Amino acid sequence: MSLLSGHHLSCSKRDRLLFDDISLAVEPSDVLYIRGPNGAGKTSLIRILVGLSTPDTGSVTYRDNCIRSHYDVFHHHLVYFGHKLGLNTHFSPLENLRHWCKQHQISVRDDHIVSVLDELGLVGLETLPVSSLSAGQQRRVALARLWLKNHADMWVLDEPFTALDVQGIALLKARLVEHTAKGGGVIMTSHQDLALSIPVRELALEYRI
Amino acid sequence: MTHPLISLFQRDLALAYKQRAELLQPIMFFLLVITLFPLGIGPGPETLQKVGPGVIWVAALLSSLLGMDRLFREDFQDGSLEQLMLSGASLSWVVLVKVAAHWLSTTLPLLILSPILALFLNLTEAMYVSLIATLLLGTPILSLIGAIAVALTVGLQRGGVLLSLLLLPIFIPLLIFATSAVDAAALSLPYNGQLGIIAALFLLALALSPAATAFALRVSQN
Repeated sequence: MSLLSGHHLSCSKRDRLLFDDISLAVEPSDVLYIRGPNGAGKTSLIRILVGLSTPDTGSVTYRDNCIRSHYDVFHHHLVYFGHKLGLNTHFSPLENLRHWCKQHQISVRDDHIVSVLDELGLVGLETLPVSSLSAGQQRRVALARLWLKNHADMWVLDEPFTALDVQGIALLKARLVEHTAKGGGVIMTSHQDLALSIPVRELALEYRI
Repeated sequence: MTHPLISLFQRDLALAYKQRAELLQPIMFFLLVITLFPLGIGPGPETLQKVGPGVIWVAALLSSLLGMDRLFREDFQDGSLEQLMLSGASLSWVVLVKVAAHWLSTTLPLLILSPILALFLNLTEAMYVSLIATLLLGTPILSLIGAIAVALTVGLQRGGVLLSLLLLPIFIPLLIFATSAVDAAALSLPYNGQLGIIAALFLLALALSPAATAFALRVSQN
């Protein structure tokens, strides 16, 4: 049974057909890598797959249940990482993640969040406002969700490697491998070449005029 | 473990506290309008008493419009709203909690200030009681209806002007009933009817607004 699958999806924005009749499926331990030039519709596809936007035609299912009618089950098992990081710049990384965990019904203690942040190379920055962190550091804070939501078996990541340094990329890749080893599925977009130690499937989107 | 909605409520209040300088802006506006009015139209006690309730209501309306944008805009722009929509919580409840936190942090201070302002405008005690009653019932309507309009305009670059244009016509009936209740109180007449209509408007807004706002937010995400 596939984790997340899209059936005959199509989407158009401002009278331009981005993609048409795309079907995809992510099995447990699967990494699906969506490639394509700027404007090809990668982000639109990702947002349709997590349920933030609706496709023009087609449907998305999580474990064979339509995500429209079972969104609570699906979202309970999902981590979404988008272009917008979802961090309030007035709050500190610790406060941001604490609120996020509570809203996503993850019970963690503060010292666990701090240890995850430390693992991500943010030692000493836990209680500063997010606005005072660099772009890469802010992305690391947002990525900490992948370490905190352990019961999530589906990750949907939109360009997770952007603005990360070499060490950050290595950390994230290691985490991806760990996640798939546990049977989790990943859908991601990226412009970098993925050199993962696990097999990766690719889906290429083309820019249509 | 606290319920996700309670923790959202706490988060919004904590955020409001962190941004208290920004929250002060509508309050200052409210105070300034009402202190400038007696200077503008002359300090005659009868004149002030006549225009007072209307002035307070109009000022409350406009200052609530000033702070309305804060309801969803920041969360929309930084992506917190996306994460919230993917948290598995019902979006209608999320909206209701956010509106409640917003009302508590932006409108309640206005109500707390209103006794002093009533003094400025020479309102009698009966008028003041009816004014507070209409404000208590009426300002949540502003927040609830405002939430729909904010959700609709949140994706736009310059949503503020559109927001006021959308909302002011809807707020006019509320203003008419509220000021007529205070006028009735000034003449020592019963004003249960006006209050009843405002309460009905409030219940209607409470029932419809969360679902409509949730829908508008989903459309804005598209």
